[in-house]
Amino acid sequence: MSLRAVVALQLGTLDLDVEVEVRPGELVAVLGPNGAGKSTLLRAVAGLQPLDRGVVEIDGRVVDDGDEVFVEPEHRPIGVVFQQYLLFEHMSVLENVAFGLRARGVRAAEARTRAHDWLARVGLDEYAGSRPRALSGGQAQRVALARALATDPRVLLLDEPLAALDVGTRAAVRRDLRQHLASFEGMRLLVTHDPVDAHALADRVVIVEDGRVVQAGTLAEVTARPRSRYVADLVGVNLVRGAVTDGVLRTAAGAHVVIADAPAGDCVAVIRPHSVLLTREAPASSARNVWPGVVVDLDRRGDRVRVDLDGPLPLTAEITVAALDELDLRPGDAVHAAVKATDIEVAPT
Amino acid sequence: MRLPIPALAFAAVAVAFFALPLVGLLWRAPWSGAWSYLTADGALTALRLSLVCSLWATALSIVFGVPLAWALARTSFPGRGAVRALCTLSMVLPPVVGGVALFFALGRRGLIGQYLDRWFDVQLPFTTAGVVVAQTFVAMPFLVITVEAALRQLDLRVEDAARTLGASRWYTFRRVTLPAIRPALVAGAVLSWARALGEFGATITFAGNFPGTTQTMPLAVYLSLETNPEEAIVLALVLIAISFAVLVGLRDRWFGTRTTVAA
Repeated sequence: MSLRAVVALQLGTLDLDVEVEVRPGELVAVLGPNGAGKSTLLRAVAGLQPLDRGVVEIDGRVVDDGDEVFVEPEHRPIGVVFQQYLLFEHMSVLENVAFGLRARGVRAAEARTRAHDWLARVGLDEYAGSRPRALSGGQAQRVALARALATDPRVLLLDEPLAALDVGTRAAVRRDLRQHLASFEGMRLLVTHDPVDAHALADRVVIVEDGRVVQAGTLAEVTARPRSRYVADLVGVNLVRGAVTDGVLRTAAGAHVVIADAPAGDCVAVIRPHSVLLTREAPASSARNVWPGVVVDLDRRGDRVRVDLDGPLPLTAEITVAALDELDLRPGDAVHAAVKATDIEVAPT
Repeated sequence: MRLPIPALAFAAVAVAFFALPLVGLLWRAPWSGAWSYLTADGALTALRLSLVCSLWATALSIVFGVPLAWALARTSFPGRGAVRALCTLSMVLPPVVGGVALFFALGRRGLIGQYLDRWFDVQLPFTTAGVVVAQTFVAMPFLVITVEAALRQLDLRVEDAARTLGASRWYTFRRVTLPAIRPALVAGAVLSWARALGEFGATITFAGNFPGTTQTMPLAVYLSLETNPEEAIVLALVLIAISFAVLVGLRDRWFGTRTTVAA
């Protein structure tokens, strides 16, 4: 009982050939740059884009084999949250949520009752009579989610659910989304270009670049062992969990991380390896964060070197080969790692 | 924004250009005898015929024009441009030419008409049905181009969203596409209706001028201009009043509404 998608198709300049599997109760994030073919993969699973070759199988039932079998989108057990939410403007919020039920022949009164229930679950029942254009981006997303879940799908597909939001509201909406997604027991496939989304929401990631899967696994695996420079840039980031008070995140091990935007509560700070500056002596600079550390490992990739540090705050830094030569670093050497507060991204967990 | 004075002056001339003929009619209107002209048997018959035929033509334009617009907007096939040109040709064709063409296609000796006559005993020329055919011929393109433009502007992904929610193509069309293009559909229908109501050339060529059967208001106005100019003026004013009332009445309600989707 799972979702298996082996998708091969040509669409304009895109040459997509990927395989993704989502097990029951799992949330898999397909991560990759814009134009990598992520959304096309999602559309193929939804039945909005027929396969050239491959197979899409939901709970053991083949819904597209690139040949004879093609189940129309309306007959697939799916729900989709689109990037722009695509709510029906001419309907009320309630009618939007009830739409799928009505389309499946549920009687009007019952569809309305169930739509009300769903709106209440996402905390928007008071907007039942409003038009979608009266909603904020975050509210529209919750309506889109309620609309997609109201038909009780086996698979929930989410296409860049946070990309349409401005940066200011994204973190809060992401936290809400995480909560709502956790209450859905089916399979969830999320497409995003933002590693923070994947970190905050996904159990496993599949990284797609130029229409091919370049790496897949749990976040911990992929983050620890990025197989290419591209993956390293994308997910090979330092994740620091802790509690934030007064603009300072404190880890369980007692390290302090000064951050620029200041939410409160349990957060994860994302520190990109290339924003970590390494020096032999304690630096006198504007960087708000300086931690002592010991080099434990050096991993050279092309002209870059990933330096793993141990200390109160274990970190991975990325420096050039030239910088490595100049610093003359070896495992066991003591260094200082500096990071500007403004280079640290923070997401509530 | 303030318009420059010359532009305002030209705009004012344009308004006057449209208003003056109306004023001319009002100035010459025989107000004392207007009621008797209006209630005369011939006038009422022509008015009733005009309304019935133009509404039929509008209905036929919708029934056939919406699928045509949909096909032009959503499908891609070789020669689509030529098909679109063909289907909107009657907008630019002199209506008399359209009437003649219809005659040779659907007349009793016409390409199709001879079989309609022989097999089904149906004759279109010089009948009320012929009036409807002639009016539909010239009116439908207005609906087709208006609805096609609206369909092109519509975000196809909204229909995708409906499909993923379990809606069939037909349900999606009825519940999502149609409501979204409704303003354009109404606008197109009104334009078609107005064109059908004013139809003269194709009607008189294809359907003739028989009082009670094919003599619509424009024909009655033209004919009475030679025999009784005062009656012509009254009939013309009635035609103008009806068209004007419909355009004004619908404008605020429908034409101002924009077709948009959620962002």
